[in-house]
Amino acid sequence: MLNKYPLWKYAIIVTVLVLGVLYSLPNLFPADPAVQIQGAEAGVQMNDTTVKRTESLLDEANIDHFGAVISGQSLLIRVNSNDDQLAAKAAIQSGLGTNYIVALNLAPTTPDWLLAMGAQPMSLGLDLSGGVHFLLEIDMDRFVASRLDSYAANIRTNFRDENIRYRGVDALDDGSIQLLMADDNYRDEAETWLRRNLPEFQRTDIESRGLPGLKLTLTAERIAELEDYAVSQNQTTLNNRVNELGVSEPLVQRQGRNRIVVELPGVQDTAQAKNIIGKAANLEFRLESRSEQGEVYPFKDSNRTAMLETDVIVTGDNVTDARVSYDENGMPQVSVSLDGDGGSRMGQTTRRSIGVPMGVLFIEQKSVLQGYEDVDGVPEPIYDTFEEREIISLATIRGAFSNSFVITGLDSPQEASDLGLLLRAGALAAPMQFVEERTVGPSLGAENIRKGAQSVMIGFALVILFMLGFYKVFGIFAAVALGTNLILIVAVMSLMGATLTLPGIAGIVLTVGMAVDANVLIFSRIREELADGRSPQAAIDAGYGRAFSTIFDANLTTLIVAVILFSIGTGPVKGFAVTLSVGIVTSMFTAIMLTRALANLTFGGRVVKKLPI
Amino acid sequence: MADMKVINFMGHRRMLAAVSIVLLLISLGSLAVRGLNFGLDFTGGAQIEVGYEQPADVEVIRTTLNSAGYRDVVVQFFGNNTDVLIRMQEDNNPQLGDQVLALLGEARSDVELRRNEFVGPQVGAELRESGGIGMLVALGLVMVYIALRFQFKFAVGAVAALVHDVIIVLGFFSITQMAFDLTVLAAILAVIGYSLNDTIVVADRIRENFRRIRRDETDYLINVSLTQTLTRTLITSLTTLLVLTALAVFGGELIFGFAIALSVGVIVGTYSSVYVSANVLMAMNLSKQDLMPPEKAEESEEEDIPAWLTEEEGDKENEKETT
Repeated sequence: MLNKYPLWKYAIIVTVLVLGVLYSLPNLFPADPAVQIQGAEAGVQMNDTTVKRTESLLDEANIDHFGAVISGQSLLIRVNSNDDQLAAKAAIQSGLGTNYIVALNLAPTTPDWLLAMGAQPMSLGLDLSGGVHFLLEIDMDRFVASRLDSYAANIRTNFRDENIRYRGVDALDDGSIQLLMADDNYRDEAETWLRRNLPEFQRTDIESRGLPGLKLTLTAERIAELEDYAVSQNQTTLNNRVNELGVSEPLVQRQGRNRIVVELPGVQDTAQAKNIIGKAANLEFRLESRSEQGEVYPFKDSNRTAMLETDVIVTGDNVTDARVSYDENGMPQVSVSLDGDGGSRMGQTTRRSIGVPMGVLFIEQKSVLQGYEDVDGVPEPIYDTFEEREIISLATIRGAFSNSFVITGLDSPQEASDLGLLLRAGALAAPMQFVEERTVGPSLGAENIRKGAQSVMIGFALVILFMLGFYKVFGIFAAVALGTNLILIVAVMSLMGATLTLPGIAGIVLTVGMAVDANVLIFSRIREELADGRSPQAAIDAGYGRAFSTIFDANLTTLIVAVILFSIGTGPVKGFAVTLSVGIVTSMFTAIMLTRALANLTFGGRVVKKLPI
Repeated sequence: MADMKVINFMGHRRMLAAVSIVLLLISLGSLAVRGLNFGLDFTGGAQIEVGYEQPADVEVIRTTLNSAGYRDVVVQFFGNNTDVLIRMQEDNNPQLGDQVLALLGEARSDVELRRNEFVGPQVGAELRESGGIGMLVALGLVMVYIALRFQFKFAVGAVAALVHDVIIVLGFFSITQMAFDLTVLAAILAVIGYSLNDTIVVADRIRENFRRIRRDETDYLINVSLTQTLTRTLITSLTTLLVLTALAVFGGELIFGFAIALSVGVIVGTYSSVYVSANVLMAMNLSKQDLMPPEKAEESEEEDIPAWLTEEEGDKENEKETT
């Protein structure tokens, strides 16, 4: 018998190889250190003038630069070295001023024809690129407790208004609200009111101090909703803050039920990063001043100004929610909810101020990089911290309202969603704390890359030498398969947009060791078949055929383990699991199909007396 | 086949079972008495790695920190004599890293922060828990898969081998008191994958031989299977150990623990695929009846493999058409 692959199989193999090479190629082009410039506000556009100014700033500072390019909202300009990059950032920031955010970035040098195919280099994890990783946890107990307090206040206000007589409405430490009513009739009334207005509570009848009462507990769904709300709200706030830091590719991501991961590649000044991340924005609702007395504030989105009264009706601490909705004509509006305390104050004010415009003031702690100070030859950033107060909405009060109201007269859904976002950002946020922090210095990152690459190469070389010595010509096949496997892993990881980490590199090295296993299984099987007296061609065929189910089972079970690793693991373990899984799948292809094709090409078409194995 | 020298593996099985049991007892004993030296990932706390341009003096650093009021400070070299790792059990003080660096910078200016990690105690506890759960889930799923694909007795044998390997690797970390961190946990889960690989290769061969060879002596059939797979088992372990050595020597301090855990796992895993899983099969009286399922079952087993992977099978037909 003769071992031959049909043409289409060779075609598949060649296609996979070509694609593998193409998509792993971008990783060979080292990225240029670059500086990225963005407008601090939506209105600031990048144009040729900005490019010229930036370039002349760099020329003045004697920094070589090239390849300035505007893409969308940002300007990217490349420099020669990491030192130049820092100096360039300082020069540009102090030259352009506070309207621009200047961030360090890495500009890929991937050729355009590769980019056109969607080929991208792998992104590097923090342990390889250097940077900061924070894990923040939202204190849900405190958040829910504060919500319960505001519910209790809300219930008290409404019961008073509706003449439902109560002796006490209190939020308890066990996450429930206890209502004590004047008598059984009022309890029934209270129950009816609660069922209609606050269906998110479960109600149980209780007796305490000889009084009939109700115990209210939040349903599990409502608590989950509150958690989602708190996390997404904090996430929005964090995103805004992180953008202010001027980091090129920040990551702000929810992790698990109540945690948020923040990763800032390239950031070294953790203290500053934490300050900026940790601070909160606030809101103030004030009436427009009807006299000469008041304070003048600018609008956030236009050049207008308005004078507001100095008295604050409610602050962001009283805002519990702000959502975009649509009125019956389909016009966008923002529905704002206040807690009980804020609601009653809002009620008192609006009753006597119908027809008066009310303004919402957005207050933000800002810190802007002013420039760099030379401390012992190292540029130390200088930040200017100030409070920014801007009007985000000024709308006429059409009628008295208390706990909830809508802001209308918005021009577009975009405007409504922007306003909702700002209101939420300034609203009372659930308290957060840092529960994990990791900083990796840039020199360590570079060292990790070097060590990782070195151990991959050495491990690889050792295995290949061994295989060549042990299996001769078939050892060459295995070596080709290993090399291809490495290329395919890199290609698949790049295509998936996966992040390469140090444990990920360990995963690749391990895959190199284990991928040989499939070949070892096949080759020992061929040797056995030869020893059993089969002809070389039959031995090759039987060797591949019989080893297949073993290889399949063995790899599948390892894949099960890798998937479990991925699903339970965080950061480093995930990185390892990804490369291991990818490696297992690609190694099935290279170790079985590719080596078989090579064996067929070498020995298949002719009569072979003795196999060099 | 007949002229092949069959090594009498099972002849020593009682003695080696005793060796395994002793190793297990030592490991469990050490785990109970000394426990694991959990790294920062699991305990919570702070860990700061600093680099000096000139060789550092660990003693001076320790005194500096102690005199500044830091207690329970572990200061050690990390990989070479210019890198120093400082570990502290400070709760919830995210500023710690910056403070320590400032302090060390006053004493000697050539210091540079290389890595600063802070893990809250709760995160650590959760990681420990999810790590343990992960290991159990992995073992459970693997057992189900093998029971379906092979036979229940093989599943018991495989899981016994895995538990054996995991406990001994854990024991190794307990005895040496090497830091047990997340990457080591990843390595242990990888050991499960690796050892399983070995066990399945052997199991596959045992099943094949039970069906093919006429002789009906369990120990003989297992010996034949082990002998046939021995070269492969040794070579694969060797190549894996080669790359792990490369990782341990050149990969740097951060993956040293990972490489060591896996190396120990590979060695123990190789041994256990021969003497633990096969031993369990002997003990459970694996017989030909266990492996002679109705013909139908055997056919369906081939079909378990998805069509896209079974090209080897479809091959021959294609060949006929093209030649």
